[in-house]
Amino acid sequence: MNATFLAVVGLAMIYTGYRFYSKFIAEQIYRLDPDFQTPAHTMRDDVDYVPTNRVVLWGHHFTAVAGAAPIIGPGIAVIWGWLPAFLWVIVGTMFFAGVHDFGAVWASVRNKAKSVGSLTGDVVSPRARTLFMVVVFFLLMMVNAVFGVAISDAFQETPSSVIPAWTAVVVAIGIGILIYRMHVPILWPTVAGTVILYAVIYLGEAVPISLTPGALGLPVGAQWILLLFLYAGIASLLPVWLLLQPRDYINGIQLFVGLGLLYGAVLIANPTIVAPAINPNLPASAPPIFPLLFVTIACGAISGFHGLVGSGTTSKQLNKETDARFVGYLGSSGEGSLALVAIIAATAGFATLGDWEAMYSDFGNGGMAAFVQGGARIVTAGVGISNEFAATLLTVMAVLFAGTTMDAGVRLQRYIVQEWGSIYGIPILQNGYVATGAAVAACLLLAFGAGGPSGEGGMLIWPLFGTTNQLLAGLTLLIISVMLVKLGRPARYTLIPMIFITTMALAAALVQLLSLYREGGIFYPLLWIDVVIVLLAIFTMLEAGSAFMRERRAAEAAAGA
Amino acid sequence: MTGNPGWFARLQELLDEFYAAPYRGALARARRDEDDLFMLFVFAELMGVPNPAAYYTLELQPVLLERFHDWHRRQGLDHSPLDGFRCC
Repeated sequence: MNATFLAVVGLAMIYTGYRFYSKFIAEQIYRLDPDFQTPAHTMRDDVDYVPTNRVVLWGHHFTAVAGAAPIIGPGIAVIWGWLPAFLWVIVGTMFFAGVHDFGAVWASVRNKAKSVGSLTGDVVSPRARTLFMVVVFFLLMMVNAVFGVAISDAFQETPSSVIPAWTAVVVAIGIGILIYRMHVPILWPTVAGTVILYAVIYLGEAVPISLTPGALGLPVGAQWILLLFLYAGIASLLPVWLLLQPRDYINGIQLFVGLGLLYGAVLIANPTIVAPAINPNLPASAPPIFPLLFVTIACGAISGFHGLVGSGTTSKQLNKETDARFVGYLGSSGEGSLALVAIIAATAGFATLGDWEAMYSDFGNGGMAAFVQGGARIVTAGVGISNEFAATLLTVMAVLFAGTTMDAGVRLQRYIVQEWGSIYGIPILQNGYVATGAAVAACLLLAFGAGGPSGEGGMLIWPLFGTTNQLLAGLTLLIISVMLVKLGRPARYTLIPMIFITTMALAAALVQLLSLYREGGIFYPLLWIDVVIVLLAIFTMLEAGSAFMRERRAAEAAAGA
Repeated sequence: MTGNPGWFARLQELLDEFYAAPYRGALARARRDEDDLFMLFVFAELMGVPNPAAYYTLELQPVLLERFHDWHRRQGLDHSPLDGFRCC
């Protein structure tokens, strides 16, 4: 199979979804009204509520939702072959992620820009809101742990990426100071920062950094994980303007450059996909494709995290209700295109089928490593830069995405711990340092609890992370569906994806439960996390059923009256 | 050359917005928190808290008068805490 053909077909289908399906949803289902006064106007405060240019808002939404996850998930899932991953990413983007992200923005805009969490309480039930908060907490803990492990693996596999990745932190702080403190016009720090970031990749190649095995009595993987969480803890305590804001900005630029580079290289190099369409030689560790595919690829097909972004910040800045289609649907389409190129890199970037099978000798392998190795080979063939440079470049890109998510994730967990301290009257938990320590400790426990003392097996968390993410997506789709039923409109366009994704999440959690029990017995920490996820999935389904029965009775009563 | 300054300014504007918008709220809240602390310094003496810089902050009070009402509401006080300084 020709990779260019796959890229063109995939992008064309994603565009078709935007051009026709999102138009149908906008006009017939959500019925967007160009004259509706959005909260950005009615509640304008020039702080949170600000009408914003739709292209800028799309850029925010896209860069906020697209990160390391649409690279790692497809990079793992192609173990079943390229075809299932391709179909799920494309169909998921067109019929699941698009209506989900678009719907989250619409539902929020129609409810004074409330977050999905608040809407769960208002539209479904207060019990469902508690359920929502528990799912979010688990999601944050898992995303931090899994990204810590993924970066640690990337640093060990590509030591030349260590200096450029850490230099990015210095560059971000420099940009933050220049813009916020010294009021330098943004273009010059942008140009200088980008040039430094790419120039320092040569330095990384010249001076690869590897930690000493056994230092402090710890394996290299564990050393990196500890260092990364020490960094994330400190970074999450720094002012937003100093690190998080400029890092996000740099990542946005990297995302556009990286996508352009990868798709450009695929078109020029025109590589052949060496991986099978359906893998007949699956390793023994590979779980069943059905239902694990649908949680291994969460971001890139559908992801509950997007609903948090769409209803948290995007909806407060929407200038016109009709912009929700462009921002929400096209934002998820952007992420789908990143997942598509990750599939191509992980299946067409290998010289032979033997090389590919060596990478995918075990479930959980591949991921970021396959994206980097395969992507570098394609970029080298297409653009002509050295393979080492391309590998370092792609590693740095993926590490920066994952690192920024860790910064933000630990910061959000700190807020949750501080809030618990306030709710339950435990003053010590309200202290920023203590709360950060507690957040970091929870993530470390999960990373080492899942991955052993070296943390190397930590990617086992990935399917559980995907499962939690899909439950969140199910809850968001439930809110949108209940709103549509209340408005007397067809709800099947959000209800069918909701039922499908929640069922897959529950089935995946049950399959993993059995496998975790076989692997580690009853004392395996991940087993108990999975038990909680199974319970959350069951409660989500019960809440959904109860909300629909209530709304149906209400509709019947109204018709009878 | 006449088109360039417009194009350049537009690019700057887009980049500025792309940089600032996601964190506008977080930064404004942080700034408001700092301003609230400053308000406390300025009005501390009137509330019976000794302020060694009262001589200097006294002349700032009229300047900050407009923000006083929002400030005491944010501190959880429905009405002005100052007897001789009623704003509502």
